[in-house]
Amino acid sequence: MIHFDNVSKKYDEDSMVLDSITFSVEPNEFLSIVGHSGAGKTTLLKMLLAQDKPTSGSVFMKSKDVNSLRKHELNELRRSIGTVFQDFKLLPDKTVFENIAFAMEAAGKTDEEIESDVPYVLELVGLDQKAWRFPEQLSGGEKQRVAIARAIINQPDILIADEPTGNLDPLHTQDIVHILQRINDLGTTVLLTTHNKGVIDSLEKRVITLENGKIIRDDPEGKYVL
Amino acid sequence: MVIALSVIGSVMFMNAAFGATLRSIQDKVDINVNFVPDASEQEIFDLKTSLEALPEVAHVGYVSREEVLADFREKHKDQVNLQALEEVGGNPFGARLNIRAEDPSQYQGVADFLGNRNTSISGDQIIDEVNFLENKEVIDRLSKIINSTETFGFGLALLLIIISILITFNTIRLAIYVSREEIGVMRLVGASASYIRGPFVFTGITYGLVASLITLIIFYIGTFWLGDLTERVFGSINIFEYYISNFGQISLVVVGSGIIMGAVSSYLAVMKYLKS
Repeated sequence: MIHFDNVSKKYDEDSMVLDSITFSVEPNEFLSIVGHSGAGKTTLLKMLLAQDKPTSGSVFMKSKDVNSLRKHELNELRRSIGTVFQDFKLLPDKTVFENIAFAMEAAGKTDEEIESDVPYVLELVGLDQKAWRFPEQLSGGEKQRVAIARAIINQPDILIADEPTGNLDPLHTQDIVHILQRINDLGTTVLLTTHNKGVIDSLEKRVITLENGKIIRDDPEGKYVL
Repeated sequence: MVIALSVIGSVMFMNAAFGATLRSIQDKVDINVNFVPDASEQEIFDLKTSLEALPEVAHVGYVSREEVLADFREKHKDQVNLQALEEVGGNPFGARLNIRAEDPSQYQGVADFLGNRNTSISGDQIIDEVNFLENKEVIDRLSKIINSTETFGFGLALLLIIISILITFNTIRLAIYVSREEIGVMRLVGASASYIRGPFVFTGITYGLVASLITLIIFYIGTFWLGDLTERVFGSINIFEYYISNFGQISLVVVGSGIIMGAVSSYLAVMKYLKS
């Protein structure tokens, strides 16, 4: 489904952010990518979204090189990947419902589809009672659940979660991990980057460890080892 | 944007005021052709018809010998000249044609034409004098002033319009900068460029519409207040009456400019955030 083929990224001569990265991700897989800050985790995810181009090598999604896509194909690619970030990236002047509906509007969904799908996904993340609140009226964990709901509303093939628990306390962290697992159980491929040892160890899923831009470990049922 | 649109509207008013002033000066410039007393009316009317056929001639007025004499008497009442006239006896004046050209620069052409038509069929001279040659220097200078005023006015208008567009562009870009996160999230969820751009262009057009309505109201108040003053300064134009009678055209230009400026500025300003 996803294949990184000998991908390297240099921002200048002295800093090699990614160095000859090669790995594949199968459909419905749950892959965690771990590493110190600056190891290249976020750059790797940006490459998949074609937000950043590799200096050499190629990134394939469903056998297509993401950097040779036309504009409308790139929009389609991004619609097939849901994204969740540490800082949530919610729109502060929209309610929970509107933040999610907005992603559906952008994908060209009808009002009827929005009315039927948004409550369903809000129930999935446990926020059906808070649909008309604004982001500032929510806790960090709740904000992240809205972000996850927005990321999965268009039924993406892949969910990218870049440090989704970075700003959360342990209780909310477990909450988010359970939701991600549930989404994976429903058939969505999940790519997770995190610093949190507890999260990785509890998942017992595949773990890729990055150090100085290189893959130093790729374990099918790995633990957090740095 | 109200300021930008006011500049565009003001340029229209300035052009109208200068245009009216220049036209009233131009109207006062003409060529007088004085005929010899013996010239026959037929020959004069033939020449008048030929002159009227020239594209550069706007109007030809005929003044008969008797009217010229009556004019002279009226102008020189109580003067010695009248005594001299009585002594000469009869009517020593010839008829006169007053010629007005479409444009002051065309008087030389008309004067040249008259030079070629100075004799009757019998070979006698029929034109006594063409006073264009006396006014030539004044006419030339006026032509130059009119031309350079128009060029200067156009250049100034263009410069002010470019500055206005840049100011508007920057203002809208600032408004879009505030929404950059929203644009980022839209990109992230795979929204197409036109979906993202649409609301901003619509907002730009709304800004333009509201700004142009405010501008039109300001113009109404401003021209009402300045109407009498402009009539005193420019003589032939009351800017309030000009605004009312040309409201359709002025509002079309102001509203049209507002919409175009709003739409184009938003389109360009949001482009920066659509690149990645």
